[in-house]
Amino acid sequence: MSRTAKLALSDGTVFTGTGFGADGEVFGEVVFNTSMTGYQEILTDPSYCGQIVAMTYPQIGNYGVNAEDVESGGIACRGFIIRELCELPSNFRSVKSLDAYLSEHGVIGLEGIDTRALVRRLRVRGVMTGVISTTDLDDASLIEKAKRSPDLVGIDYVKEVMPQTRSEWADPLPELGRAFGGSAATGDASKTNRHVVAVDYGMKWNIPRYLRETGCRVTVVPGTATVDEILALEPDGVFLSNGPGDPRPLDYAIGTIRGLLGKKPVFGICLGHQLLGLAAGAEIYKLKFGHRGANQPVLDKRTGRVEITSQNHGFALVADTMPADLEVTHVNLNDGTVAGIRHKRAAAFGVQYHPEASAGPHDSNYLFREFLALMSP
Amino acid sequence: MPRRDDLKKILIIGSGPIVIGQACEFDYSGVQACKALKEEGYEVVLVNSNPATIMTDPETADRTYIEPITWQYVAKILEVERPDALLPTLGGQTGLNTAMDLARRGILQQLGVELIGAKEEVIVKAEAREAFKQAMIKIGLDVPRSSTVHTMDEARLAMREIGLPIIVRASFTLGGAGGGIAYNKEEFEDIVRRGLKLSPVGEVLLEESILGWKEYEMEVMRDRADNCVIICSIENFDPMGVHTGDSITVAPIQTLTDKEYQRMRDATFAVVREIGVETGGANVQFAVHPDTGRMVVIEMNPRVSRSSALASKATGFPIAKIAAKLAVGYRLDEIPNDITRETLACFEPTIDYVVTKIPRWTFEKFPEADPTLTVQMKSVGETMAIGRTFKESFQKALRGLETGHFGLGGGKKDLWNTAKRPTRDEIVRKLTIPNADRVYYIRYAMKDGMSVAEIHDLTDIDPWFLENIRQIVAIEEEIRRCRRLEDADAALLRKAKRAGFSDMQLALWWDASEMDVRQKRKSLGIAAVFKQVDTCAAEFEAYTPYYYSTYEDEDETPARRLRDEGSGLSVADIPGAPRHSQPSTLNHKPRIMILGGGPNRIGQGIEFDYCCCHASYALRELGVESIMVNSNPETVSTDYDTSDLLFFEPLTTEDVLNICDRIDPDGVIVQFGGQTPLNLARGLEAAGVRIIGTSPDMIDAAEDRERFQAILEKLDLRQPPNGIAVETEGARHAAERIGYPVLVRPSYVLGGRAMEICYDEPQLVRYMTDAVDASPDRPVLIDKFLEDAIEVDVDAVSDGQTTVIGGVMEHIEEAGVHSGDSACALPPHSLPSHVIDEIRAATKSLAKELKVRGLMNIQFAVKRGERPETRGQSSGGEAALSPLASALWTVFVLEVNPRASRTSPFVSKATGRPLAKIAAKVMAGVSLEEQGVTEEITPTHTSVKESVFPFSRFHGVDIILGPEMRSTGEVMGIDETFPIAFAKSQIAAGNALPTEGTVFISMAEAHKQAIVEPARRLRSLGFNLIATSGTAAILSQHGVEVRVIRKVQEGRPNLLDAMANGEVQFIFNTPSGKGARTDEGKIRAAAVSYGVPCVTTLPGCVAVVAALEALSRNPTPRVKALQDWLAVPAFD
Repeated sequence: MSRTAKLALSDGTVFTGTGFGADGEVFGEVVFNTSMTGYQEILTDPSYCGQIVAMTYPQIGNYGVNAEDVESGGIACRGFIIRELCELPSNFRSVKSLDAYLSEHGVIGLEGIDTRALVRRLRVRGVMTGVISTTDLDDASLIEKAKRSPDLVGIDYVKEVMPQTRSEWADPLPELGRAFGGSAATGDASKTNRHVVAVDYGMKWNIPRYLRETGCRVTVVPGTATVDEILALEPDGVFLSNGPGDPRPLDYAIGTIRGLLGKKPVFGICLGHQLLGLAAGAEIYKLKFGHRGANQPVLDKRTGRVEITSQNHGFALVADTMPADLEVTHVNLNDGTVAGIRHKRAAAFGVQYHPEASAGPHDSNYLFREFLALMSP
Repeated sequence: MPRRDDLKKILIIGSGPIVIGQACEFDYSGVQACKALKEEGYEVVLVNSNPATIMTDPETADRTYIEPITWQYVAKILEVERPDALLPTLGGQTGLNTAMDLARRGILQQLGVELIGAKEEVIVKAEAREAFKQAMIKIGLDVPRSSTVHTMDEARLAMREIGLPIIVRASFTLGGAGGGIAYNKEEFEDIVRRGLKLSPVGEVLLEESILGWKEYEMEVMRDRADNCVIICSIENFDPMGVHTGDSITVAPIQTLTDKEYQRMRDATFAVVREIGVETGGANVQFAVHPDTGRMVVIEMNPRVSRSSALASKATGFPIAKIAAKLAVGYRLDEIPNDITRETLACFEPTIDYVVTKIPRWTFEKFPEADPTLTVQMKSVGETMAIGRTFKESFQKALRGLETGHFGLGGGKKDLWNTAKRPTRDEIVRKLTIPNADRVYYIRYAMKDGMSVAEIHDLTDIDPWFLENIRQIVAIEEEIRRCRRLEDADAALLRKAKRAGFSDMQLALWWDASEMDVRQKRKSLGIAAVFKQVDTCAAEFEAYTPYYYSTYEDEDETPARRLRDEGSGLSVADIPGAPRHSQPSTLNHKPRIMILGGGPNRIGQGIEFDYCCCHASYALRELGVESIMVNSNPETVSTDYDTSDLLFFEPLTTEDVLNICDRIDPDGVIVQFGGQTPLNLARGLEAAGVRIIGTSPDMIDAAEDRERFQAILEKLDLRQPPNGIAVETEGARHAAERIGYPVLVRPSYVLGGRAMEICYDEPQLVRYMTDAVDASPDRPVLIDKFLEDAIEVDVDAVSDGQTTVIGGVMEHIEEAGVHSGDSACALPPHSLPSHVIDEIRAATKSLAKELKVRGLMNIQFAVKRGERPETRGQSSGGEAALSPLASALWTVFVLEVNPRASRTSPFVSKATGRPLAKIAAKVMAGVSLEEQGVTEEITPTHTSVKESVFPFSRFHGVDIILGPEMRSTGEVMGIDETFPIAFAKSQIAAGNALPTEGTVFISMAEAHKQAIVEPARRLRSLGFNLIATSGTAAILSQHGVEVRVIRKVQEGRPNLLDAMANGEVQFIFNTPSGKGARTDEGKIRAAAVSYGVPCVTTLPGCVAVVAALEALSRNPTPRVKALQDWLAVPAFD
């Protein structure tokens, strides 16, 4: 049953393993994620659009796949690389195997390769384009394809994953995903009744779930929504979502955010944070191999507290050229990169990481309360 | 929040002797803490009674007290040292309890000592079950449901709430009497009714059963700024019902979704915050219902634990070191991560491998004990293995256990294709009742056609683990379908190696040799690679020199390091052929590999790890790259900064050779890790590895009966008459020639495994047929047993030219008691100097003859009186007590071990001379003279080593001492005089020395006369004496006042009743040798249950009396730091 599959990188490296999930051939930016749990959330995170994701934890698929732990309606990443696929998942919520899940969604999986060697290569040389194939097993041909495939810089992937129409968000935060121990977002819709317009660039569903949990009514609009369209909805605040790829080509989004600043409270996460930064005049650069995982320590400069965060980004705001309007509020302790900003004049802030967790720790969900406070009259 | 400047001096309490549940992990954590605090400029005071620790090396702390860990002694140390703070969270439960005693008695407050790391109220809240439970309920966490009831009606009502099965505990009954698990209503009625009746207060606690639930542990750290991080998550292979120390455990958690994991993470933080663990490490245990996901909190430890040692080794994150820094005020984000250097300690490690820990039990030492695994821990050690998959790490761990299994299946222990193949019934039984061999029976079950679901039903082990085992078994079948090694292709070999199969397993199935398999797979390009343990899954460049093997593409083994300019040894300096002396390697540091001792077991434990660490320190001092190989996660040797390179690997020929292939060591040291590395020596040498130190051939000469006999004859040394046999008939003849009693044992064993004294032929025949599996290559050794002889241990170091005695130790107990189980004194407390001189001379001539390069240990027996060939009655205990120089003494050589011994660390502590370190330097080519070690040090103070036993864990086991070693650890007592040093050793070992009350005396026939004087002295000390008729008659005859008490079979009230009533404070009971075990056995078992101290040898009784006398003159002996003892000039 097992079938050979290969990954070729644009630097000429080839890894040979076994295919699972769908058959075929696909190219993408090869990135790695160091989270030991949460593969289903990672697979369904739209920010991975255009990428092939390698998991550093070697045993994946252990707890199968269930109906609840999804961050979007499908799988956004193009390929999935692991060390060993679990054949018989074990968890009380599991409904199917990872293999079946990828097959259903037409995503190619590759298992059995030395994923640590792959990660070390990406760490040293930086992320690069790769091709996974179950059809073409000729090394030279695959390397050639990897070299010829475009990289992710300068491409708008948001349009691939954003919704086409406006909608009202209804899903609650699932019981099991609720943060425990008092730091959870609190409130209920009837009391606070804030209205948030969430601009969806490929939004993880746990964000509107959390906003709803804090007591907000959430209207989701496509990432291409204009200032007028948004303001017409009479929001108390505007949320800028995460999303895939390079923020720089997204002129429409940057323009919209500029138009909103000062008019409505704004909160951005990940790509939304980067767009907020760009709108306020910050610069952006591509990280060598990004931050993807659930153990990234971030210092909140205002409180001195450290939160362990979930991250998934390949670009970051440049700390040295931060415009006077922006204050860096959070710093990634691993490499000192910008992890959070606040606008000094407008009610706007953003974080590079994921306070909605999923996958990852709940340490940062206080940010939803801060957003709520910002929207409160 | 940087370090606290208001603190200058900090006391750390160690965990004392190695016992079940508290092993070398606390040496590991204590050493890290001492180093971390010293690094920060604090003065560190340490108290620990265990000499076999790195912690108690005089260099580790500033002031080291090898004193009993009781509140009384620690209070004296506090008075002398007046530290500002006490750090109680690194010395296990012992450290925590002692600190609590001091706090409760107001001593800390009175002396102005602050508890850091965990406050008193935190410890109370975490440790008291009910308070903990209430705290959990308060913060909304789920706990097992429970109810306290006083009537049947209340009970029925509560049962409806809680559900079945239900755990019933009767309040205030001894040893769990009146309790049980009810699975149905009928059982429930029975058990509760009985419980209510048996409970003196008519109260029964009903608790929800969580047996069979999935069990998890979270290792958490918190700093003063309330930053919390999880260091490691652990999933137990064995579900709830088996103590986590007895469970196979796996890191990280395997079968929880991120949602469930994050919920557990949140709960962990909530627990440490609510309990109030301000700084440091803690551990929280959870149970999760497999079908509903319901999560309950089980317990938390507000301190560094066995699991945190495992977590440190599993992730590379030094929990104890960081905990110590947090305790003095640092925040996690102020401490750099040593591993990545660029990042900080405030993060959560992520790993890209799977870690499996498997406990090691020694039920074979306690055949009477119940081998069922329950909520009380019974294992004595553990091994950990790292692999890229569970299958690989699990099989590596199985071979790392060193129990004769080379993985799952195959080898002599594999019963499957043998006549002993277990039946379905046996399999089902072994699956249902947790036991040490359960994993092997899971394989049998699969081979017998049982499905994962069926096995899960019987064991409650998660299907994920079972499925992985099924895959291992499926690969085994695939391997076995290939008939011969020649037919095996690269794909199959690669698949097998990636699933963790050893060359040995493949060799056994393919009827080839281990080396054949090795050669074949290497020729096909299938060789182990080594990957780094880096805390971050390769996201950052790491500087930890910590590696594990796997079968993947990329190898990360580092290249040789350059020599420091003009200093340090060069490759050419290492003794042995200069194989490498090409110019290319001459610029590099030489590499020397030290093989460790693997999992702790009785007979091979922390003492050997201590020696391995010292070897590593010595090599680093010489500028040699030191490379440690070990599989024991509890140890200092597997700390990532002990050696230049650490390979966390099983100690098998295959695994060591795999490392040698990549590392190319200039020498391998096998003499420090106990028997484990010695057993590998010949195989390694045959494969071309250079063993340095005493040659394997000479080690063999010392162990081979005939070769050794020839050596003794040549040197004109005496040994007890002896013989050798491979079957019963030969043994009978040999014993007849030698004369009974005889000491019998299999060759090549450590710790007196299966060693017995046979007093007559039937006993010998029984031994030969039942106890050992003798064969021509596994002969049985038969020695004349020297009754009432004094045993002497000598540790020495030699470089081939010079031999220096490290220490001469006189045993307290007579020869025949395993040297690892007896107490001993250094210097000898009763032997005349001419005997000691004779022993010294014999040691030196043996060292020379065996060309010892490194350590050696010799055991002598000294017999006073007539020649042993003629059996005498007069050589009773009295003679041993007050030797007359004019008496005739005969010195026998019992055993020579050209390797590190169990006593090496004790000798080093007693004399201040680090023997193992000196020996390692000798092996690397630095002579004793060059090291300035030429004369023996004989200290002016006396040090006594006492052994510590696990009897209280093994109900019904007889506590008499014999040739089979059963102690798990040791303590040391130091004083100017022997009696006080001995007294301290007893107190430290937990053998209470009552100063008043009643002593029960019951002596074997041969000892009755000799006990008269000690008994009289007990009377003068004010003790009342009771004895059974025989002993009482002799005491009365000699005018010693004694009350007669009934023997057990003489009706009631008898001795057992007196013990139950608390009327007996001390027992002197020597076994009558052969037979008649029943009555005395019952007495001794009762002594263990009631906690009455019991001395079982005559010399032990005599020493105890001397100690009691000394204590009556000086009830609170002074404490003195090791550094002060060692500063006293020694005489030669």
